[in-house]
Amino acid sequence: MTGLGAIFRRELANYFATPLAYVFIVIFLIFSGIFTFYVGGFYERGQADLQPFFTFLPWLYLFLVPAISMRLWAEERKSGTLELLMTLPVPTVAAVLGKYLAAWVFTGLALALTFPLWITVNVLGDPDNGVILAGYIAGFFMAGAYLAIGSCLSALTRNQVIAFVLTVMLAFLFTVSGMPIVLDVFSEWAPDLVVEQVASLSFLTHFNAIVRGVIDLRDVVFFFSLIALWLVANVVVVESQKEAG
Amino acid sequence: MAALLEATDLAKTFGHLTAVNGISFTVEKGEVMGFLGPNGAGKSTTMKMLTGFLRPTRGRARIAGFDVESQAIEAKRHLGYLPEGAPLYVDMTPVEFLSFVAAARGLDRRASGQAVERAIDATHIGGVAHQSIDTLSKGFKRRVGLAQAILHDPEVLVLDEPTDGLDPNQKHEVRRLIRDMAPGKAIVISTHILEEVEALCSRAIVIDRGRVVADSAPEELRRRSRHHNCVTLTVQGGDPDAVRGALQAVDRVARVEVAGTGPVTATVWPRDGVAVVEPVLQAVHRQGWTLVELAVDPGRLDDVFRSLTTGDADLEKTGS
Repeated sequence: MTGLGAIFRRELANYFATPLAYVFIVIFLIFSGIFTFYVGGFYERGQADLQPFFTFLPWLYLFLVPAISMRLWAEERKSGTLELLMTLPVPTVAAVLGKYLAAWVFTGLALALTFPLWITVNVLGDPDNGVILAGYIAGFFMAGAYLAIGSCLSALTRNQVIAFVLTVMLAFLFTVSGMPIVLDVFSEWAPDLVVEQVASLSFLTHFNAIVRGVIDLRDVVFFFSLIALWLVANVVVVESQKEAG
Repeated sequence: MAALLEATDLAKTFGHLTAVNGISFTVEKGEVMGFLGPNGAGKSTTMKMLTGFLRPTRGRARIAGFDVESQAIEAKRHLGYLPEGAPLYVDMTPVEFLSFVAAARGLDRRASGQAVERAIDATHIGGVAHQSIDTLSKGFKRRVGLAQAILHDPEVLVLDEPTDGLDPNQKHEVRRLIRDMAPGKAIVISTHILEEVEALCSRAIVIDRGRVVADSAPEELRRRSRHHNCVTLTVQGGDPDAVRGALQAVDRVARVEVAGTGPVTATVWPRDGVAVVEPVLQAVHRQGWTLVELAVDPGRLDDVFRSLTTGDADLEKTGS
């Protein structure tokens, strides 16, 4: 895996070389605060937990994470640096992983910067910190899943806006596939087994399961296999562009 | 020893468009090959296939004996590549960028430091080494791209229009750099600047519409010009008609054009591009005319280039 580390470091440093990182983190933190304290009714609930934050996190990620992933490959194709990258003695897998991991670590960093929420809830009451930690882990997985989808779709186009819209679209479907909005489409004609399978693809189902404080291996496996699948697709997409340029 | 760079019947089709249609050549160590052709002839597509960025529809390429498809990583280790337009990570400084390339190539910290320093020295970008690439002039950007290509001292260099957009001084500089590196490497440069081929290349390949239409030394190519060995002379003492008559009578002269009346300037085209300067001089002496000026044309590459790539046979020399 020559080059994975080099690409990871370059990508991660690149977030901070441009205003992107700071804009993203500031907006992410502002919205986290708004959702938790105003929309989520943090004080009114009178409970010492971060449930309001974790309820809105998937929806916040739905729009912010694709903004990170949209540039991963589209930007390189547009500027021509992809040619530079792909003619280095680095396997495509290493390039895909290096970029992906840098983006994931970056979103993880932004998530970690919401720690004032955790301090607040600990000052005001006596929360179950294990549950809160589980929530953070669920949030990190969620970001990873969105990023994997976004990275793959970013490789399909040289237009970052298209990559963004497609990713929001697909990530939305994955998020809500456990809800009536999607299930109704299937329940009318498909056997229950299919409906169940579709429902089990839902990010929210697995996310909420972990947020409740139970880290079930099945949920972890779900997120990891989903990420792996999209990254494999990402490698295939990048490789296939050798055919067409 | 096998050639360092080897292309065998490379072809690339995009949908219905055939961009490259069966290109074969080899480049040995010490050779600088000029890759010539009009825009859209398939130069860049061929280079993208040579470097493994594009997968050929047909044929294969080898770098230092390694197949760029099946032994991609090994092949790329031996390759330095400057893509068309010299794309760079513009948010980085040259030092950061070159250090990244060194790390991605697997150089350790010490080797990387030395390689970066050497590349910066060779391309004279020390003055801007810590400036964001975004802010650099086109000439500097191109040199950063070159620095990246030569960073690991590769055996094979593929440079797509390395001097495009540079001023004459910078061009000179880059050419000197390429010439200095030439003995130990196999180098391919694409260009549509013909003087560059003459200044730099030991061999030239001309492609047109995806095919090789000429592959020889630049001098040999020049010999195919209709002006090759064409003699232009100015003589005193004869009238135009006499000069034309005397020169036309010289063996193996195809055509004579005269101009002027005092001193007469005559242009003599030989048959089959043979050297006729000696018999022409003898003819002038026999007539007792005074020779004022004499020039022998070695031939013009742009003539040959045009005749090869537009199919305009008229521009090629008569009788061959």
